[in-house]
Amino acid sequence: MPLLEIKNLTVSFDTSVGLFKAVDGIDVSVDAREVLAIVGESGSGKSVAMLAVMGLLPSTATVTADKMEFEGLDLLAMSPAEKRKIIGKDIAMIFQEPIASLNPCFTVGFQIEEVLSKHLGLKGRVARQRAVELLHLVGIKDGADRLNAFPHQMSGGQCQRVMIAMAISCNPKLLIADEPTTALDVTIQKQILDLLVRLQAEHGMGLIMITHDMGVVAETADRVIVQYKGHKMEEADVLSLFENPKSNYTRALLSALPENAVGDRLPTVSDFVFEPAPGVA
Amino acid sequence: MSASVLEVRNLTRDYISSGGFLRPAKVVHAVKGVDFSLAKGRTLAVVGESGCGKSTLARMITLIDPPTSGEILIDGKPVDAGHVTHEMRQKVQIVFQNPYGSLNPRQKIGDVLAEPLLLNTKMSAAERRERAMAMLLKVGLGAEHFNRYPHMFSGGQRQRIAIARALMLNPSFLVLDEPVSALDLSVQAQILNLLKDLQDEFGLTYVFISHDLSVVRYIADEVMVMYFGDVVEHGSREDVFGNPQHSYTKTLFAATPKSDVESIRQRIAKKAALAS
Repeated sequence: MPLLEIKNLTVSFDTSVGLFKAVDGIDVSVDAREVLAIVGESGSGKSVAMLAVMGLLPSTATVTADKMEFEGLDLLAMSPAEKRKIIGKDIAMIFQEPIASLNPCFTVGFQIEEVLSKHLGLKGRVARQRAVELLHLVGIKDGADRLNAFPHQMSGGQCQRVMIAMAISCNPKLLIADEPTTALDVTIQKQILDLLVRLQAEHGMGLIMITHDMGVVAETADRVIVQYKGHKMEEADVLSLFENPKSNYTRALLSALPENAVGDRLPTVSDFVFEPAPGVA
Repeated sequence: MSASVLEVRNLTRDYISSGGFLRPAKVVHAVKGVDFSLAKGRTLAVVGESGCGKSTLARMITLIDPPTSGEILIDGKPVDAGHVTHEMRQKVQIVFQNPYGSLNPRQKIGDVLAEPLLLNTKMSAAERRERAMAMLLKVGLGAEHFNRYPHMFSGGQRQRIAIARALMLNPSFLVLDEPVSALDLSVQAQILNLLKDLQDEFGLTYVFISHDLSVVRYIADEVMVMYFGDVVEHGSREDVFGNPQHSYTKTLFAATPKSDVESIRQRIAKKAALAS
């Protein structure tokens, strides 16, 4: 049984010019111990689909799906109180802007301990001890000192590590990383990706990587879903996707990598003719 | 070799944090002596991680910040950083990283493009309008975009506008401070193509600041690697990419994601070996 199984997910937003479908009939399934990458440009609905799973969309959004199950539990039929027990504990998420997603008014330690007390009931010295362990796990060595730091006193890479520490604090079964390295330098990006992949292997988590960077996909993923304008264009394991892309859109994305430049010009997506037809798998 | 458009000699910049009672002032050496000269029509890429001083260098050569010591020569003429003339200002333009923050949200695109002309030339309104429209078309936008506001554009389109604005005064060289790192892969490719096309058409000279080596390999003629304010490597693209000397350059190469099929196969094999 897959860890997370979604069938025919549609997310639409009510706008002043009518209904806008951000995600249109997408199937996603992730197994435990699997790294799934969802790739697409901005506006392809890759983040929205995962926010729908987390229940973090604004009230203007309508989410429908034939099936949305986590470990056999129906996420759609669940009451908000039941859902809160799972979200943040068994399913955790890391966001793109590490500095913006931490609360600037509280110390890093307070924010990690808050998660521990809400979901695991750890308090006081025990919680503090666990927070230091978590920081150590994500590669912050002087954890005990850094717990008293505010987010603005840390660099972007450090903040992202803190976010990851918070996300894995309750040993989640599924971790969703939404563009975890987009705002970071290459050297830091490498460290964060290595960290995520190591944690995923050590803890046997399922990991969903949302990204627009084919390089990140090549470095981390087992299986890849390519998404364009709310539709799934292609789904394949990582090797066959890079070796032999089926859809024109995937081919376009791959050739837009600067290292694949042929001659003087970079091919862009609009150079390729493709039809974002529904039902393309 | 043609005359250099930009020459920099032993440029340094220190930032001094204000001290307090019983607390001495702290000096940060952001840039510790940079030398280079750049010929017309060439692209110099400055590579390094955040905090290595590459943006400080950019601010100095665009004459925004005065250097602590050292000389800047533009078109062979030395620049007095304390007193920058109008004429010198026009020769240098910059495009910033974040296209969302660098355009005034209350200014129409036509006005954004015409403003440099309004401030620096005595052209008539009609002439300014005509020039702005021509530049708008040149960077791949349409005439219908002239009267729109920045929020109506996507990130890639905004970066096109920022580039168009920088080119309005026919600058001698253009500083591009991470122009594509906030953009999607395919939009990034469009902007890089645009930069190349404009360079071919106008013989532009670029100083391209980036931390993305795959972009640098595509666009640069010369590469300069900075690390904690020092230039650790400087050479032609072929030299730096083909035979990196400094350990930091090698670290950078190792950190760049590899997307060829062979390295994916290796990674999967390694993972399978670990799991079993």
